[in-house]
Amino acid sequence: MSVLGALLRKELRIELRTLEAVPGMSLFAVTTFIVFHFGLDRPTVQGDLAAGVLVVTLLFAAMLGINRLWVADEEQGGFDAVLLAPIDRTSLFVAKALAMLVYLVVLEVVALPAFAFLLLEPPIRAELLLVLALADFGIAVIGTLIGALAVKTRARDLIGPLLALPLLVPVVIAAAQASQPLLSSGRHGGAEAKYLLLLGLYDLVFALIAYAVFDPLLED
Amino acid sequence: MTDGAIIELEGLTRAYGERVALADVTLALPPGRTLVVFGPNGAGKSTLLRVLATLLRPSDGVARVLGRELPGEAWAVRGRIGFLGHEPLLYRELTGRENLRFQARLFGVGEERVAELLERLQLERRADEPVRNLSRGTVQRMAVARAILHDPELLLLDEPRANLDPAASALIGPLLTGRTRVITSHDPAGGLAEADLALGLRGGRTELLAPAADVSVADIGALYR
Repeated sequence: MSVLGALLRKELRIELRTLEAVPGMSLFAVTTFIVFHFGLDRPTVQGDLAAGVLVVTLLFAAMLGINRLWVADEEQGGFDAVLLAPIDRTSLFVAKALAMLVYLVVLEVVALPAFAFLLLEPPIRAELLLVLALADFGIAVIGTLIGALAVKTRARDLIGPLLALPLLVPVVIAAAQASQPLLSSGRHGGAEAKYLLLLGLYDLVFALIAYAVFDPLLED
Repeated sequence: MTDGAIIELEGLTRAYGERVALADVTLALPPGRTLVVFGPNGAGKSTLLRVLATLLRPSDGVARVLGRELPGEAWAVRGRIGFLGHEPLLYRELTGRENLRFQARLFGVGEERVAELLERLQLERRADEPVRNLSRGTVQRMAVARAILHDPELLLLDEPRANLDPAASALIGPLLTGRTRVITSHDPAGGLAEADLALGLRGGRTELLAPAADVSVADIGALYR
């Protein structure tokens, strides 16, 4: 636990000092909502359109964080320093994924009020947070795994999204479908259980895949 | 294979794709001895160190470090090796003290060891500044502290005195002695003075392997011609 804590603290401390990921992600999301506000030529959105705009914007904002997640380790040599340590390398993955999860939560703390103010017709419902939490978990796990792979390539800014986006399509579909009823005026039902289950299962499957492949992935 | 050797290599080869960086290196280094590796740039010195540090897998041959075969038993030797590479392996945005505390956590070392090394390397005054603000010599001393933080049995040092003035070089000297060491060097006289065994590489191949006492500065110089 102390190793995981040390790795996570290091991640968050570096982000607090450099502000390379979270401000960029948040600014991107807010700017995108502004563009949609004017581009859609309507004062508010709801239902499937609102769900699509929200989930896709958050996903693209997350890509900015995924691209930065491993850069400090790769560029500053800290990667090797961690690989030389007698630790379970899974803890490195878990720390990175938790850091990414923190970035996504901060992103949503900024983006959701902006979305509600600029675009959304009905008020935000609490169940939406459950949908976003499940989507965040999937984005964090897949993003961390792909980020570790992409950072070793020269075209990492291109390779990361190219590999991650197809893998995240099921997350986008399930999150958008699950949140659609929560973003519709006049509907009082909750998120559809089958889509929440799909999100949860997809998260679980990728968490297991990441556990299995992360250590070999770090080998040269 | 030699009984009791800390490092045993037999036909060690490492390739990056088609390019062979290290070819058929065979040697044995007994405990407490120092192997100094000479050779021009691109000779394979850093590759050899990175293979021994478990950061690169051998492409062929046998590499046994601290009695464990690489890469299969790499996990068993990682905490027993100190590695000082070309890069300091420190996070630039963290302070020196934060970097060392972070490393101490990973290696299960107490914080008193961090304080001890900062004092011995005369780094206390600059320890709370971000690494990016430090001079290259100060960063190198900090990197030495990182490499020996966990009191490793085997030290792998890639030009450890790079960027250091004579005073700083004298400061790190005692901290790097008394262990089995592999050092890369471009300084024939200085390197031979530290070596028990000298290895000369050129184009990844062994050009010279002999007890340091039997090697002259001119022999080393010939590697660079």
